[in-house]
Amino acid sequence: MLSVIVFLPLVACAALLLVRLRDRTYIQVWIAVAAADLLLVLVAWLGFRTGGGLQYEQRLRWIPGAGVSYHVGVDGLSLPLVALTCLLFLAVAVHSLGEERRVRSYVCLFLFLQTVCLGLFAAQDLILFFVFFDLSIVGMFFVIAGWGHGERGRAAALKFFLYTFVGSLALLLGFIGLYLAATPHTFDLVELTRADPLAGRGAYGALVLLAVGVGLAVKTPTVPFHTWLPPAHTEAPAAGSAILAGILLKMGTYGLVRIAMPLLPASWRDYALVFIVVGAVSAVYGALVALAQTDFKRMIAYTSVNHMGYVVLAAGAAGVLAGTDAGARALAVTGAVTQMVSHGLITGALFLIAGVLHDRGATYEMDAYSGLAGPSPRLAAATGVAAFASLGIPGFSGFIAEFQIFTGSLASQAVATAVAVTGIVITAALFLRALRGMFLGPVRLPSSVGANGFRDLATAETLSIVPLLALALVIGVAPRLLLDVVEPASRVLVGLVSR
Amino acid sequence: MSALAWALVAVPLAAGALLGLTGRRWNRQAPALGVAAAAVTLVLAVAAALLRPAASTPLLAGIEAGLRVDGLSAVTALTVAAVTVAVLVFAAGELGREANRGRFFGLMLLFAGSMLVTVTATTLPPLLMAWEAMGATSWALIGYRWQEPQRVRAADVAFLTTRTADLGLYLAAGAALAGGVGSLRLDELPTAASPWLHVAAAGVVVAALGKSAQLPFSFWLSRAMEGPSPVSALLHSAAMVAAGAYLLLRLVPLQAAAGWAGPLVAWAGAGTALLLGLVAVAQTDLKQLLAASTAAQVGFMVLGAGCAAVAAGTTQFVAHAATKAGLFLAAGAWLSALGTKRLPALRGAARTHPVVGGAFTVGALALAGLPPLSLWAAKDEVLAAARVHGWALYAVGLAAAVVSALYSVKALWYVWRPLPRNAADGYDTEGPGTRRVTRLMRAPLLVLAFAAATLGVLALPGPADRLRTLVGDTGGPSPQPWEAALSAGAALAAAAFAWWRGPRPLPASGRAAGWAADWLGLERAARTLVVRPVTALAQLLADLDDRVIDAAVRRLALGGLSAARLTARFDAGGIDALVGAVAAGARRLGRWARRPQTGLLHQYYAQAVIGLAALLLLVLLMG
Repeated sequence: MLSVIVFLPLVACAALLLVRLRDRTYIQVWIAVAAADLLLVLVAWLGFRTGGGLQYEQRLRWIPGAGVSYHVGVDGLSLPLVALTCLLFLAVAVHSLGEERRVRSYVCLFLFLQTVCLGLFAAQDLILFFVFFDLSIVGMFFVIAGWGHGERGRAAALKFFLYTFVGSLALLLGFIGLYLAATPHTFDLVELTRADPLAGRGAYGALVLLAVGVGLAVKTPTVPFHTWLPPAHTEAPAAGSAILAGILLKMGTYGLVRIAMPLLPASWRDYALVFIVVGAVSAVYGALVALAQTDFKRMIAYTSVNHMGYVVLAAGAAGVLAGTDAGARALAVTGAVTQMVSHGLITGALFLIAGVLHDRGATYEMDAYSGLAGPSPRLAAATGVAAFASLGIPGFSGFIAEFQIFTGSLASQAVATAVAVTGIVITAALFLRALRGMFLGPVRLPSSVGANGFRDLATAETLSIVPLLALALVIGVAPRLLLDVVEPASRVLVGLVSR
Repeated sequence: MSALAWALVAVPLAAGALLGLTGRRWNRQAPALGVAAAAVTLVLAVAAALLRPAASTPLLAGIEAGLRVDGLSAVTALTVAAVTVAVLVFAAGELGREANRGRFFGLMLLFAGSMLVTVTATTLPPLLMAWEAMGATSWALIGYRWQEPQRVRAADVAFLTTRTADLGLYLAAGAALAGGVGSLRLDELPTAASPWLHVAAAGVVVAALGKSAQLPFSFWLSRAMEGPSPVSALLHSAAMVAAGAYLLLRLVPLQAAAGWAGPLVAWAGAGTALLLGLVAVAQTDLKQLLAASTAAQVGFMVLGAGCAAVAAGTTQFVAHAATKAGLFLAAGAWLSALGTKRLPALRGAARTHPVVGGAFTVGALALAGLPPLSLWAAKDEVLAAARVHGWALYAVGLAAAVVSALYSVKALWYVWRPLPRNAADGYDTEGPGTRRVTRLMRAPLLVLAFAAATLGVLALPGPADRLRTLVGDTGGPSPQPWEAALSAGAALAAAAFAWWRGPRPLPASGRAAGWAADWLGLERAARTLVVRPVTALAQLLADLDDRVIDAAVRRLALGGLSAARLTARFDAGGIDALVGAVAAGARRLGRWARRPQTGLLHQYYAQAVIGLAALLLLVLLMG
């Protein structure tokens, strides 16, 4: 079942490469495949036993000599991200209905990326994880270079590729360190988690954590490894940005909860403060730098650094045992996973909105627009809702995530958490400023907008953006739907970290 | 029973969300639908006050989202629901066809619904959720006329200021959990372990002072005046500003457990009551005067909460809600009819619009603390509690009461002046007025004026005891007859003095008056101390990000490139040259080796002889 979910898009990709269709048909097929995959995930979600550990498991021999197997499965930490991936790719598919450039390659590339993303979240083997991790970089490189904004797009794509590729090499080093420490040698996540091979091996464990930590920090990204993110986002097409922010960034933070924390518990506890500080600094730094941006898309990119900072903060706080109880630490971890899902939905929507803006006005500069609520009330309403959701207003998923993170982390590191909390006021300030500058006040449009004025959201655009925000609202109002799945897994993880 | 608790908050929230989504589509029906939803909410609030329902549902791990209508919640929820109905009826009369009424009524219902959740929540998460949702809807309401940039900017100021203070509640939640209150129940907060108890108390106090526009956060209330009048009427009376006072009243046990919190809160309230009262005296704009008076009057509630006088604070809450909602609606009626809210331009307004003028007069006299109207009695309850906590606190409170008579009568003095001959010249400063006040606008004014006049009964011995039992605050001090007489006498004297002085009730130097008129320069201070440094820091970090961090990455990449170039040069000039040299050497050797191969036999013989001779020599030498 899980393998079908993972590889259905890739099969569709292969099939599409063989046949020649009209451009629009490719995208319609893509939408159908993405919808079918989402449906399968929903079925899997309904059949998922909360608190039942790893499920839909499958293990096949792959490279037995090197301790590598094709091992997939989902638990409460990964199932929400698998579901998010399917939903976001469907939204992106619907949003791409207007795409006209090299449509077949475009569709195939995204189908390939979907398999890669799903495979990563399902992987239960370090090498499998690593393969998908690297392939995601390859796929996104072609998306940015091929469908981005011209020459600068290719430069940004190259920067993105090289930077994150170097990060993945560090990750591989760490994986090999884990492999060598285990007896018998294995890359299997489940076996490594059980064996805890680096228990009591201080310096070795620290070095492996350093390698894994740097690799994941580049991908997340945290300060100071984040500078590939703004150009990559600014130059990527809207669909690429949505996937990059919504899914690819999660690979870094997911790696923390899936690999770094359960496989290196002792080192994680020893160096929890590092992650707490990096998380808090990323949260505040990302928010402050976002406040200084004049480019709408760049601003959202920096708010991603802020939001991912909260996730890292919570993960770090879960490694501090002194003065906290397991309940608080589990709350922080649940908040971190909720934040991953929430950020995927909300920032995904915001990047699609940025795409709409660029489509109409050919610029992301905030100064170029004013009073857009006049000609395009639906776009303004969607942006307003997305902005408030992103700044963590209750009623949306972001609040549920951030409240759990702050509440669960305060006991671990009061000062860092208190500093990080100020991020929510700064993000409020920057989103309000953006709303006021671009959407409210007297109408002013960039000169590039044609005589027919500024078009409001088209149906395809509405259908791709609104469901994401609606789901963020559902999670914000009825969080049990998500938390029932996540909480048991968080408790297990907290137990693993404290052993 | 739990269904009633859910319905009480779900009806306004759901109706508000639906109406807001319809926007202009049901523009004609929106007012009726909004008022109907508010009326249903009022009925539910009455039922809830009688039946006291409670409900709860799991929210986070080990943390419930609970709602419960107890005595304090019953009184506040009733007040909120009643004022909402009155304000929405007024808005139905005021808002023209051209306005986006779906959005307006939807947001107002969401706003009121959030306040209802706030006053019924039993755990911190739903309270904080509603608390922040109220802030967000207040942003949308203050900036309702979004085409005008200064209104949106005012909305931003209000939202950002209150949200900054809201951080206190986030910290309080974390501190409660760290202190061992895993359920985050409000009634268990006082059991948190020290030092987390003090963090939680500090967070709650900061959040409450921010929401209630107490010092030093008061300035956002001035900017909130950019919203439409019905918004001001609701925001300043029963919702938003009152939420902070409610929270402090609700968490009196937490303040008591922390020890220092009670006196701090009491002094913050008393100080705001006095200073913002003076700010109100200095205003020349009716809505600004009323706004400053709101902060001052809420200061009395905060003072009551700090003195653990829950019943007194609640009486002040109810009486002030009715009074201030009526006053703002009256000001709104004049604003919509005459197009101005400037006091000098409103001269004679009470004479040309006697119904509005009458309602305004009743409200203003109540606000002035004149006996036997509601706020006189309510304030005395608060002052009686303050006296127990020290004469200094009592004296400041009494002074604040005197000041309230000054600003109230100042406003009255203007509207009862004879109508100037050129009155119309001063009109329409804010926009073209309609010159008429519809029946829908007049009805709620009269109801609220009646309430403002009579709600003082809550302070009469019989009802006051009932109220004390209701909110669980028995045994507190009651005002002595001499106290009531003193405050009544002081208020009457101050009122007479203000009437005699007219436009300038207090003799003050130009600078002091300017300072007060500018709301103590609080917003400027916030800009200088917080906004500008943060913006500068943001700019600095953005530059650092480009010029240092990213530059380091680029430098590293360039370093890699030059290392590659160096290697390439070494490769071409070193290794490859060596290979070339070896090849050239071999070629040269080959060329030398070819030389002897001449094909001439005699030369080969000669070579053989030389070779043999060399061998012989070698053998001889070795031997």
